[in-house]
Amino acid sequence: MNIHEYQGKELFKKYGVAIPRGKVASTPEEAETIARNLGVGVVVKAQIHAGGRGKGGGVKLAKDPAQAKKAASEILGMTLVTHQTGPEGRLVKKVLIEEASDIANELYLSVVLDRSFGQPTVMASTEGGMDIEEVAAKTPEKLTKIQIDPVLGVWPSTARRVACGLGLEGEQVKEGTKLIANLYKFYDEMDCSLVEINPLVQTRDGRVFALDAKVNFDDNALFRHKDVAEMRDLDEEDPLEVEASRFDLNYIKLDGEVACMVNGAGLAMATMDIIKLAGSSPANFLDVGGGANQEMVENAFRILMDDDDVKAVFINIFGGILRCDVLAEGVVEAVKTVNVDVPIIIRMEGTNVEKGREILESSGLDFTVGKGMNDSAEMVVAALER
Amino acid sequence: MSILVNKETRILVQGITGREGGFHAGQCQKYSQEFAEGGGAVVAGVTPGKGGQIAEGVPVFNSVAEAMTETGANASLIFVPPPYAADAIVESLDEDVPLVVCITEGIPVRDMVYVHRHRQGKDNVLIGPNCPGLISPGECKMGIMPGHIHKNGSVGVISKSGTLTYEVVAQLTELGLGQSSCVGIGGDPIIGTMYIDLLKRFEEDPKTDAIIMIGEIGGTAEQDAARWAKKNVKKPMVGFIAGQTAPPGRRMGHAGAIISGGEGTAAEKMRVMEECGIHVSKSPGDMGLTVAKALGRA
Repeated sequence: MNIHEYQGKELFKKYGVAIPRGKVASTPEEAETIARNLGVGVVVKAQIHAGGRGKGGGVKLAKDPAQAKKAASEILGMTLVTHQTGPEGRLVKKVLIEEASDIANELYLSVVLDRSFGQPTVMASTEGGMDIEEVAAKTPEKLTKIQIDPVLGVWPSTARRVACGLGLEGEQVKEGTKLIANLYKFYDEMDCSLVEINPLVQTRDGRVFALDAKVNFDDNALFRHKDVAEMRDLDEEDPLEVEASRFDLNYIKLDGEVACMVNGAGLAMATMDIIKLAGSSPANFLDVGGGANQEMVENAFRILMDDDDVKAVFINIFGGILRCDVLAEGVVEAVKTVNVDVPIIIRMEGTNVEKGREILESSGLDFTVGKGMNDSAEMVVAALER
Repeated sequence: MSILVNKETRILVQGITGREGGFHAGQCQKYSQEFAEGGGAVVAGVTPGKGGQIAEGVPVFNSVAEAMTETGANASLIFVPPPYAADAIVESLDEDVPLVVCITEGIPVRDMVYVHRHRQGKDNVLIGPNCPGLISPGECKMGIMPGHIHKNGSVGVISKSGTLTYEVVAQLTELGLGQSSCVGIGGDPIIGTMYIDLLKRFEEDPKTDAIIMIGEIGGTAEQDAARWAKKNVKKPMVGFIAGQTAPPGRRMGHAGAIISGGEGTAAEKMRVMEECGIHVSKSPGDMGLTVAKALGRA
């Protein structure tokens, strides 16, 4: 799960990770008041779950409260398009008003899981403000990676090593050391999957703090962080995906024309792949899960049909725990209630497959039943051409 | 022969009194009773606080230690819900159960970071979590896969996915190619046994003639395995990667299936596998056929 920059910074503050002074606003008037209270020049930053906000016109400097009000009125309500939002962009509902910083240096700091070692890793670079993947590819010597033993956590000596690697000097080493150790503590205690500060800044008056905050949480751990779960902003997600998540369905909207309903993540991806190989493109990823019941199948079907781009439906089920007869009943019920005007191709294998086929056949509804994956994918494409 | 599980495997099921645990314990038992003489593979259940009960025809114990002493169990199959699953794994690891298989999906990554750390220096084999388990057809089923689609034979199967494993098994069986053992290693970012350890076991297993490894987007485990196999595996190998059409930055169902920072794409994985001499099946519909070809049987 992702959260906004301002939410990330609130959590940083709790954990003793230094941030600039500032506050979030939903109206231009609020922005003006916050700027007045800060008493200095401010930055007005659009709050959406995407990077590249500055380039898209979502970050503006303001010298005084009046300018802050004007900037906020321009940004609030705009549909901000960045390289990460896609062409449809995102509606800006909140802006973060922060004191403008006199930046001497932009650095990079993050904590992330290193999958190949199964350990968290602190990454730091003197090349802040840039795409870190690019730094890693072009100038790997400028990227420090330190693996952390989860039992020890980040000790001051480790944090100091990172701080010195970032080129911090004198008093800043102390400040930086504290910030790095606290950031790790936050990552660990809050079940984050990524914490990234890009840039971490050194100011001309010698301070070090997080100018940005990107925080991702492990969805599987949200049950022990109810406060974090409440920070979820449904407006930042695709409406069909939000709807699907209400029914425990794993759905991701894509831009193709063949809707897929599959059990199991691996098979769901493979089904998307075979649609592409057969010459069409998948409209979505959908894993109905191993324990799907009839109701879930019905809801899944309804969500698939809500996508206007869909021109055919491909149901690919390998019954294991999910029995083919349960699936078939769900599909039959769904087709009766949802208005379906596109061809449906069903491929079933595994547990109770005969029973499932019988249910489909006796329903009197118009299904095409395929045998193997290749065969069925070809049927899907043929149906599209008709 | 086969790898990891066989007719000598004696399973204790952690979480046997739960719905999933009970159902699958019963299925595993039935499968082994079809082939083995006398008794079955499942010998005990463990649910703290429910010791003394009987579930699925086997005694339930309060602890793994007790279950092992009383029944001689040598493998643990875990169905414990996500918040408590890591603890269940640690209990089995600490009691030196030689083989620990965790089916549970949805364990927090942080818990697995600690389990992974705890495993250092131990030699139990951990399979999973978030996996279908493993099966040696005709000998022992220790997992949630439908047993009847398998056929005793000589192809070794290693996969990150559940139903995609069933798919390849069905394709192989359809072509008359049986399997020596099939292992689902799991789709989480941190799992126990990875490809390399299993490739090693299959390479050494006299019954296995060919190996198919099925991967998916995210991480570098497939590339690492391919490079290792180039030097160490002489048996013909086939590979498939799911997620060729997956958009970057999105988690495709499995917690580990995500392309991040341009790393872990299907194209990259397939390229490395091909470079390392692995026969890559581009289509998931041709996985079985590619194995048949690699074995010179098609």
